[in-house]
Amino acid sequence: MIELQNVAIGYSGHDLISEMSLRLVPGSFHFLTGPSGAGKTSFLKMCYAEMLPTAGQMALFGRDVHSINRDERAMMRQRIGVVHQDCQFLDHLSVAENVALPLTVSGRSVHGQELRELLSWVGLRSQADALPPELSGGERQRAALARAVMMSPDILLADEPTGNLDWEMSLRLLTLLVELNRMGKTVVIATHDMNLIRQAKAQVSARVLRISGHRLQLAGADL
Amino acid sequence: MDHAASARVVPPTGFTARLTLVTAAAMAFLAVFALALSLATDRLATRWSDALARSATVRITAPAEEMDTRLDSVMKVLGETPGIRTFRALDDSEMDALLQPWFGADLPLDALPLPRLVELNESAQGIDAKGLQLRLDAEAPGAVLDDHTRWRRPLVAAAERMRFLGILSLLLIGGAMAGMITLAAQAALAANVQVIRTLRLIGAQDRFIALAFVRRFTGRGLAGAAAGTALGMIAVAFLPAANDAGGFLTGLGFSGAGWLWPLFIPVLAGIVAYGATQMAAMRMLKGIR
Repeated sequence: MIELQNVAIGYSGHDLISEMSLRLVPGSFHFLTGPSGAGKTSFLKMCYAEMLPTAGQMALFGRDVHSINRDERAMMRQRIGVVHQDCQFLDHLSVAENVALPLTVSGRSVHGQELRELLSWVGLRSQADALPPELSGGERQRAALARAVMMSPDILLADEPTGNLDWEMSLRLLTLLVELNRMGKTVVIATHDMNLIRQAKAQVSARVLRISGHRLQLAGADL
Repeated sequence: MDHAASARVVPPTGFTARLTLVTAAAMAFLAVFALALSLATDRLATRWSDALARSATVRITAPAEEMDTRLDSVMKVLGETPGIRTFRALDDSEMDALLQPWFGADLPLDALPLPRLVELNESAQGIDAKGLQLRLDAEAPGAVLDDHTRWRRPLVAAAERMRFLGILSLLLIGGAMAGMITLAAQAALAANVQVIRTLRLIGAQDRFIALAFVRRFTGRGLAGAAAGTALGMIAVAFLPAANDAGGFLTGLGFSGAGWLWPLFIPVLAGIVAYGATQMAAMRMLKGIR
C-alpha cells in the first residue's frame, strides 16, 4: 500500500524526519508515537500525499507519489480514509451529509440504508440531522471515523483520534478501529496515549512506529 | 456528477450573494442603454449617409429673360462634370410642391422671380464640389451649388463616433462585470478555503470543487443580468417614441428585431461569470494539494 525508501519529509529545506524505510502492507495495524512536534501529523500527511517527500522514493498504491497528478491524487484519497485531529467538517451540512460527503464528491449516489447503518455503527443514528458544531468532542471523532470509512477505503489514517475523549469513549473508538482492521483495512493511528496502545495490543497484533531524533523506528514489543 | 450535491458544499453567503446579484443587474441595465445607444446611432448614421448624402442641388438666380440660357449653360456644365450620375431641372409643378408648405396652395408661381433648381445625384466616385462651383461661376453666373454632404458629413461622423463609443461602453461594462465577479468569486473562495481543503482531503477532484463555485456565481451573474436587462428594456420601451421632428435624442431605443439584441446580455453575463469564476477557482486550487 505505502512503501518508503530512505524518505525524508520536512518544511522549507529543514528535514523533520529522514531516512524512513517502511512498507505498510494490507491488513497491518500500526501505531505512530513520538513527542509533540516530532512529525506524526506530517507523516500522516505524507501518507495521503498532502506533503510530498523531499528525498527518497515513496510509492502509494504502487505509484511514485511524485508522478501522480491532482486528479489521480484525489482518486487515491478516495481509497484512504483520514480521521483528522480537528475532524474538518463542513459546518453548514448535517452530520449525515458530512459522513456521506466522500460519496457525494466522487459522484456516487448515497444509499440511505447504508448511511443509517454506518451512523448506527458509530452510535450517531439519532444525531444524523444535527450540525457538526452541535456535537460533543467524542461524537465529532466518531462522525469523522464514519466519514473516513464511508468509501470503504483500503487504508485508514487517524491523527490523535482519542485526543479529546475520555477513556470510555477512547475504548469505544479503538474497538471500531480494530473492527475495521479485522475487515482487512490497513490502519495507522498517531497517538501518544500509551494506555490506548496497550489496550489495542490485547485485541490485535499492532506494531508501534516511534519518531524520535528525526528518525522513524520500529519500537520493540516491550510497550 | 450530482450537480445539486456540488452546489450544496459551498456554504450559503448572504451578503456577497446579494451584492453580486445587484451589481450584475446594474451592469446589465447600463448595458441595455449602451446597446440602445449603439443601435440608435447606427440607424442614424445609416439614414443620414444613405438617404441624402449623394444628392445636391444647383440653384440658378437670374433675370427672367436670361433664365433659360443660364439653365442651358448649367445643364451643359453638369453634363461635362465627372462624378454625376443623373441631373435634371425641377419643373414648375415640383417647385410648387416644394414651396406649398411655406407659401400655401394658391401661389402665383409665374409672377414670382423664383430661382430654378437642378437636382443632381452623384455617382459612387463623387464630385469635386469646389471645381464645379468655379466652372458654374465662369459659365453661368448666379448658379450656386448646394452640396448637402457638406453639412451632413460631420453629423455622420459624429453618429459613427457615438456608435463606436456605445460599443466601447458595452465592452467596458462586460470587462467591469468580469472583474467584479472575479473579485466576488475570489472573496468567496478565500472565505471557504477550509471547505476546499476538506473537500480535497476526502478525495474531491478539482472540477467538482470548481463546479460548486462556478455554478453559484454563474447563476448569480445570469439571474442578476436577466433582472437588470428586463428593467433596462422596460425603461427603454417607455422612452418617448421617435418622430420626424424628434431627431437624435428621441430616436434612442430598439426597433423591430433590435429588441432581440438585449436578450443576449444575460447570456453573455453568464458566460463571463462562468469564465471568471472558473479561472479564479483553478488559480485558488493550485495552492491546495
